[in-house]
Amino acid sequence: MTPPKTMTDSDLNAYVDGELDARTRLEMEAWLNEHPEDALRVSEYQRQKTELHLSYDPILAEAIPAEMRETVLHARNRTVRKVWLQAAAAVALLLIGAGGGWGWRDALIEGKTDRNLAFATRAAGAHRVYAREVRHAVEVKADQEAHLVKWLSKRLGNPLRAPGLQPAGYQLVGGRLLPDLGKSAAQFMYEDSAKRRITVYIRAYQGKDIAFRFMDNAGTATFYWIESPFAYALTGAIPRGELLKVANLVYDSLTR
Amino acid sequence: MTKKHRAIVAEVPHLRRYAHALIGDPALADDMVQSCLDRALRKLHLWREGTNFRAWLITILRNTYVSHLRHVGRHPEESPCGMDPDLAAATPPMQGQEMAIQDIGRALEQLRDDQREVVLLVGLEELSYKDTAEVLGIPVGTVMSRLSRGRENLRRIMHGGGGDAKPSLRRVK
Repeated sequence: MTPPKTMTDSDLNAYVDGELDARTRLEMEAWLNEHPEDALRVSEYQRQKTELHLSYDPILAEAIPAEMRETVLHARNRTVRKVWLQAAAAVALLLIGAGGGWGWRDALIEGKTDRNLAFATRAAGAHRVYAREVRHAVEVKADQEAHLVKWLSKRLGNPLRAPGLQPAGYQLVGGRLLPDLGKSAAQFMYEDSAKRRITVYIRAYQGKDIAFRFMDNAGTATFYWIESPFAYALTGAIPRGELLKVANLVYDSLTR
Repeated sequence: MTKKHRAIVAEVPHLRRYAHALIGDPALADDMVQSCLDRALRKLHLWREGTNFRAWLITILRNTYVSHLRHVGRHPEESPCGMDPDLAAATPPMQGQEMAIQDIGRALEQLRDDQREVVLLVGLEELSYKDTAEVLGIPVGTVMSRLSRGRENLRRIMHGGGGDAKPSLRRVK
């Protein structure tokens, strides 16, 4: 007869997890009868598993957060809509012919460009709403910057920083949390000595990075770009060249 | 909804349970699940029919979390407090009226990340060693040694840590 095998740490764990074959399992049971220390460890490992379930199984019974459910449902709708849009674009091309309507075709087919532009439009909209507020321009003022940044980081799911724009003459006024298509967005507001305000709008974004793009909209200028995990938009009612300098500063300040 | 989309919704509770246990901070855990869903939906066509769907989703969740950790500048293999991982288990227990047995959630926080995820994938999600190895992209042997160390460290932490922090004789280095 071969002497019974010596049981290792891994064997004890495999026993706990039901990963031993039938024969080794029997050998293990005999071993545990002879080795009370190992038997104690096995029972403690089993208790760890039980405790994990006791602590975390209640989460299984919780309702699925609406945002998560919507993400999945929305993705389904988006796929359908995209197919429909592409079909519409194809039809439009047939009707118009190769001669015209290129811009329109691009807008229809380039769903991605569209979405980024939509993000910049929302950022510009938020700028127009809050930049003219006097008393309630921000939710949390700059004197509580650490708290503001911590709070917004938590809401956006990744650590943020308020870009330092003093080199361009802009001081932080404060910031606020904003809804952005069912997710959270952060808005930081700055002001120069002439009381001109600019805002930096940030939301979580998973996807391909894009370099600076520019959008001019109803008197405000916006530079926007994506650097995963965030999309950024800088908006102000100031000349494009001046805004670009600030955009570079924001970029440097956040990536350093 | 397609069958696959329904399957994802059905997996959300499991993803949340795993994320909450792994990460500790509930808000961050849910954010990670949310990002995981975004990614999974984009990659849905890559899932191979007949393989473990939950393990596939957990792989994405894990990658999401790892890139988050990288982004915040923490290497995923480091122990949470930056101590030597094996010393982390030897943190002196708090004296006084503390219960002898620590809450498992707090004990988990003191495990280093690579051990914690194996302990949870096997112990909570009940994945096989083989599926766990696939999720983590490591050999089954490594799963087993991390599991052994993780459970042994967890046992010591839950018993108040430092008291019997003598190194286990069986510890594989």
